[in-house]
Order: sequence, then structure tokens, then C-alpha cells
Amino acid sequence: MSRRFSPQSIALTLAAPLVAAVFGLGISSIALMITHNSPLETFRAMWDYGTQVGSLIEMVNLGAVYYIAALAVALTFKAGLFNIGVESQIRLGALFAAWIGAMFTLPPVLHVFVILVVASLVGAMWAFLPALLKVKRGVSEVISTIMLNSIGSALSAYLLADHFQQLVAGSNNVTTKPLPQSAWVPDLMSWLNRVGIKDVPGGGPYGLVFLAVALGFLYSFIVNRTRFGFDLRASGASPTAASVSGVNPKRMIILAMMLSGAFAGLAMMPVMLGESHAYTLGFRGGVGFTGIAIALLGRNNAVGIAFSSLLFGFLEVSARILELNGIATEIYIIMQGAILLSAVAAYEVVRRYRETLNARALARAGVTA
Amino acid sequence: MKSRSMRWSAYGILGVLVFSLVRAITGSSDLTSVGTFNAALLLAIPIALAGLGGLFSERAGVVNIGLEGMMVMGTWAAGFWGYQRGPWMGIVMAVIFGTIAAAVHAVATISFGVDHVVSGVAINLIAPGIVRYLSVIVYQDSNIPGAGPTQSPSVQSIGSNGLPFLSGGHVLGWQSPDLLGSIGAKGWFFISDISRILRGLTGDVSYVTMLCLLLFPLSWYLLWRTKFGLRLRSAGEAPVAAESLGVNVYRVKYIGVLISGALAGLAGGFLAIVASSNYQEGQTGGRGFIGLAAMLFGNWRPGGLLMGSALFGFSDALQLRASDAVHSALLVIAIGFAVYAVAQWRQGRRVGGAVTLALGLGVFALFTYVKELPGPFVTMTPYVTTLVVLSLATQRLRMPAKDGVPYRKGGDS
Repeated sequence: MSRRFSPQSIALTLAAPLVAAVFGLGISSIALMITHNSPLETFRAMWDYGTQVGSLIEMVNLGAVYYIAALAVALTFKAGLFNIGVESQIRLGALFAAWIGAMFTLPPVLHVFVILVVASLVGAMWAFLPALLKVKRGVSEVISTIMLNSIGSALSAYLLADHFQQLVAGSNNVTTKPLPQSAWVPDLMSWLNRVGIKDVPGGGPYGLVFLAVALGFLYSFIVNRTRFGFDLRASGASPTAASVSGVNPKRMIILAMMLSGAFAGLAMMPVMLGESHAYTLGFRGGVGFTGIAIALLGRNNAVGIAFSSLLFGFLEVSARILELNGIATEIYIIMQGAILLSAVAAYEVVRRYRETLNARALARAGVTA
Repeated sequence: MKSRSMRWSAYGILGVLVFSLVRAITGSSDLTSVGTFNAALLLAIPIALAGLGGLFSERAGVVNIGLEGMMVMGTWAAGFWGYQRGPWMGIVMAVIFGTIAAAVHAVATISFGVDHVVSGVAINLIAPGIVRYLSVIVYQDSNIPGAGPTQSPSVQSIGSNGLPFLSGGHVLGWQSPDLLGSIGAKGWFFISDISRILRGLTGDVSYVTMLCLLLFPLSWYLLWRTKFGLRLRSAGEAPVAAESLGVNVYRVKYIGVLISGALAGLAGGFLAIVASSNYQEGQTGGRGFIGLAAMLFGNWRPGGLLMGSALFGFSDALQLRASDAVHSALLVIAIGFAVYAVAQWRQGRRVGGAVTLALGLGVFALFTYVKELPGPFVTMTPYVTTLVVLSLATQRLRMPAKDGVPYRKGGDS
């Protein structure tokens, strides 16, 4: 493919995200104008607030959590599956990791490692259930993971309230026993200080931002550079072709779902080991669902997902300033949704256009399709 | 045909017998009370409507996971217009809002060829954001009593009626006697139970519920007995062949998806106005997905779908009304498993029968040793029911052949 880097091809690759961004801004502008707010001023306020150091740090922290969740979803997309259950895999992984992690003290790095292993094992086990139901009983994983989300959130509420709870005198907050110091991962503020950035009230980037980066490399490696990843993609692209070439589709379903669950279990670890040091009742919900959107926007590509996570993080953090201006903060959800929908539509249009171009090129070269 | 309906009536009577037995043994009266079955009907309708929406869309070949989001739009519209213009206007606007959301899904999937699940997920993500945004704008600083960013003011209720003479319905303002209700109060084994169940299903039923129930035979007729229905189903089974015979596949798919959204919106409106008395955030609670599950269970047919929804509605009603009833329902489930195991055994499926029997014994053990289910387990009931039912039933299903496959005019798919 010598035409791969032609100007036309590059233009086409850039076209989709650009169109999506323009469309997303357009739709949110309409939403703003309906409510008599100036889109330009709103966007400027968001930009000004969002590019402050404190906001950028928050964007990275939020982005890291979203990134891990989105990688988990993307893994199953690659295999032609859809793990909507990431939400509850995250929750149960974090809950059990917090509970077990607080039972003992270990040397610092080892302790963190043990907690991470527990979190991903629990996530994988919770993802095993829908995989089993699909393989044994043919139940669509889309429906079963959604049901397991509801079951998982009820289960975690029950476990937290009746079994894992640590009562703190004079506090209404329901929380697990705090993790010992050996399980804490310090933030990276001192690194930022060294390059001349002063402390900000919210604290620095989580230390486990590196976990997210490492998982991104791991994801890329597994999917693109291993036999397993090849089989995974093959069974996603064409289950029949894959099984003819010796891939056991049932085994693939179970492995893909469990690996996805293992990733998902880790998603809240940057927050838990870096900031909250316990699982609390106010545990952030909806990360798994946002992860789905981010995986779709990033087209299941480790780099694409990274940019998308940061974009989603930026929109969410920068929208907080709007409350002061009397604008509903939820505008960021509309922005994210509009960007996502127009992006997937634009990708498809570009793909079709490319197909037409290729067909024409072939026709010119005298080949009949 | 006659023997089939007789067999089903026999199953029904047997089922009620089991319920009355368990009710008598455990003493949890909510298992067969008028209230439970009235609530079950109320809770089954939104699920069934969502499932019917899914049916129209999937029969036309478009998977619609966005039902949940379309329902969310419906609940909000019902709350907003319901409190301003009355409940009927609320229902109408709910239908319109659901249809608008469906239009997005239709444009994305049919015109742009976006993956159906992707588009549906996007709609489920955006819809809650939109309604929250709208609520903050119209309710936040409005000083309307009861209004806030997560709920609308209360909406007037729509009237209800029942069967005259049997269930105390009123005719032209005259209150007729309530025969079933008075038999139900007698405490005769089985006879009172069955009267209470029938009274719950036929008395104090909202007018909207009646209209919604009418939609099911109507949909069946439309899809299986008219030219339009044949075209719509052909778009889901063999779009290329349909196009070659002159069917405008794009248009038919659009209509299918739009009807789907209208029904999902109606389901949302029903939740807000009939099953509750205002819009509340998160009111749909995954019922759009349970509706899809009901549709799968019903093998993409209105009748089966209605049965699936009834099951989910009943488990939801038990869960809402009394936790001891859920506990007693375990005994019913155990008996159900045992009966199913015997049936499997007689068909020669020894292993399957043994597994089912083991499951039944497990449930029975749970019933015996756990005296009271903790709250969160009771809340899980409808979701666990959905999972169990799907895993028992999905073996012999047949979905429309080209369901979920993006269709492109002149393409070769």
C-alpha cells in the first residue's frame, strides 16, 4: 500500500475526528442557546478553568481511571463481544481489594501488588459468570452483564453494610477499614515541584497513573503482538474463519471476558490507593459506562483511547466552573455524547468513502471487482 | 389449537395451586394477594412495552439497545408536560420524546451504517445527561413544590376502572358489586386465592393500562397479518431479497425503529404517570434492558414477550411489596425446578434433569436455612429472575436472520 501516507489518505484519517469535534460543539452550542447562554462564553470559561494546573491534574487522574475501564471494554470489542458489566467488575474488584488489603500489613511495594492482584482476580471472576452463561447456555453477554451490574451493586451494598464495614465514631460515612500506610501510593506532586510547578490544593497526579500507562502498553502488546491477541481479533472479525483455523471460540469467549474483568477490577485502584485509602459508600459510579463510550471513541486503539480518556476527563473537570455561571454542569454529558455519536457516524462515512475510492482506483487499474 | 389452549389452562391452574399451597404453608399472604397482582400488572406493562418496542425494531433488523435511553426521555417528558397540561398530554409527549430519541438511532444505524449496539449505547449514555440538564434548567430555581434537579412535581393520576360486577368496576358513575373481591376475602383455599389473583388483574386498572394491553394483539395483527408487517419482517430476515421485490427497506426500517421509540417512550410515560406519580431520575432502573430480555425469552413474538414480562413484573412486585413473599417464592421456585426436572427425566434428558433437580434442592435448602433474606438480595429478585429465565430458555430461540446487520442499499450483505 504505497498510498497509505498520501495527502488524501491523511486528510481522510483526520476528517473523522475533526467532523466529530465540530458536530459535538455544534450540538452543545444549540443546547446552550436554547437555554439562553452564550456558547462562546461558556466554552471560553471551560477552557480557562480547564487549563489551570489543578484542573489538568484532575483531568489526568480522572483520565487514568477512565483509561483502564475503557481498555477493559475494548478488549472484549476486539473479540467481538461486549462487556457492559465493567461497571460492576470495577466495583466488586475495588470492594474486595479494600477489604482484603486492610487485613494485613506487608512491605510497601508487595502490599500494593497483592491488592492489585486481588482486585483483578475478583473482576475476572465476576466477568467469568456472563462468559460461562454465554458458552454453556447461549445467553447474550449484553443482557447478562447488564443484569449482573444491578446484582453486583446490590451485592456490594450488602457486603459493605453488613460485613466489611468499619464503624467510625461520630461519622455517618460507611466505609471499609482504612488501608495501612504500606498500601498507600504517594502522589507525584514532588516530581512536579522539581520542574517548578507549585503545590495545588487538590494534590498531585496519582502515583498509579503509571499503572494506567503500563496497562495501555500491555493491552497493545497482547492484542497486536501475541498469538492470543491474534486469535482474539480473528474470532472477533469472523468466528467461523477463526474456528476453522483452530481457535476454540468458547475458550476465546471465556478468556476475553476474564481478561477484560481483570483489567476492569484495577480501574479504581489509582483513586483507592492514592487518595481514599478505603472503599466508601460514596464510591464513584458510572465509570464503566463512561469507559464504554471512551473505548468506542478511541476505536479500541491504546493511543486513541488515551486521547479520548483525557478529552472526557477534560470536559468533565472543566464543566465544573459552569455551576458558578448558573449553567447546568451536565452540559458536559451532552458534549461527550454528541462527540461520540458524531464520531462513530463520521468514522463509518469515511470508511465507506474510502471503499468507494479504492473501488474506483481498482477500476481505473483495469481490475473488475 | 383447542388442545393447546387446554394444556395452557391446565398449566395455569396447576401454577395457582402451587402458589396457594405455598401461601398456606408459609403464611405469607402477599404471595397471592390482590395488591401483589395489581402491582405485578402495573410493573409488567412498562417492561412489556419496552419489549414490544424492541420487537418492532428487531423484526425490521435493527437491534435497539437504546430502549432504556428512550424510556428515560419518556419519563422526563411525562413529568414535565404531565404536571403542566395533565396526565394524558404527558403520555403523548412521552411518546413523542421516545420517538425523537429513536430518530437519532434510526439516522445513525440506517443512514450512516453505525453499529447498532454502539449507537444504542450512545443513546443510553446521552439520555440521562439530557434529562438532568433539562431538569436543572426548568426545576432547579423554579420554586415549584416538589420539583428539583432529579424529579418533577407530581402529576395528576389517570382514572382507573375494573370489570363490572366481577371486580367492582363502575359504569356511568354507578359502582357495581365486587364479586371476586368478596370471594377473595373469604379465606377458602385455592378458590379465594384464584379470586384474589383475578381481582388484582382486572380491578382498579388504569385506562392507560387497558390501552397498552390492546397494543399487543394489535401489534401481532399488524406484523403477521398485514402487507406492512410482511415488509417489515422481510427487512429483518432478507433485506436484499426484499429490496429486489420493490420494498423500500430503508423506509421500512425507519418506521420500525420509530415505532420502537414511540413504545419505549410510552413505557417511560407509563412509569412516571401510572406506576408512579411523577418523574424521578433513574426511574427506569434497567427496565428497558429487562424488556429486551423479555423479548428474547418470547422468541421475538408478542405473546411470549408478554409472558416474559408478566414473570418479571411479578418478581418485581413481590420484591417491592414484601421481603417475606420473596422468601416464600423460593419454595415455589424449588417446586418449579422439581417439576421441570421430572419432565426432563421423562424426555430422556437424564443429565439435564439431574442438574435441574440439584438446583431445585439448592433453592429448597436456601428456603429452609435462611429465614429472612437481607434487603439487597430482595432488590436483586427481578435481575436474578431475568438471568435464570434466560439461561433456561435461550436454547431454542430463533432471531430474525439479519438482525443487527447493517444494511446498505445495493450492498451485498
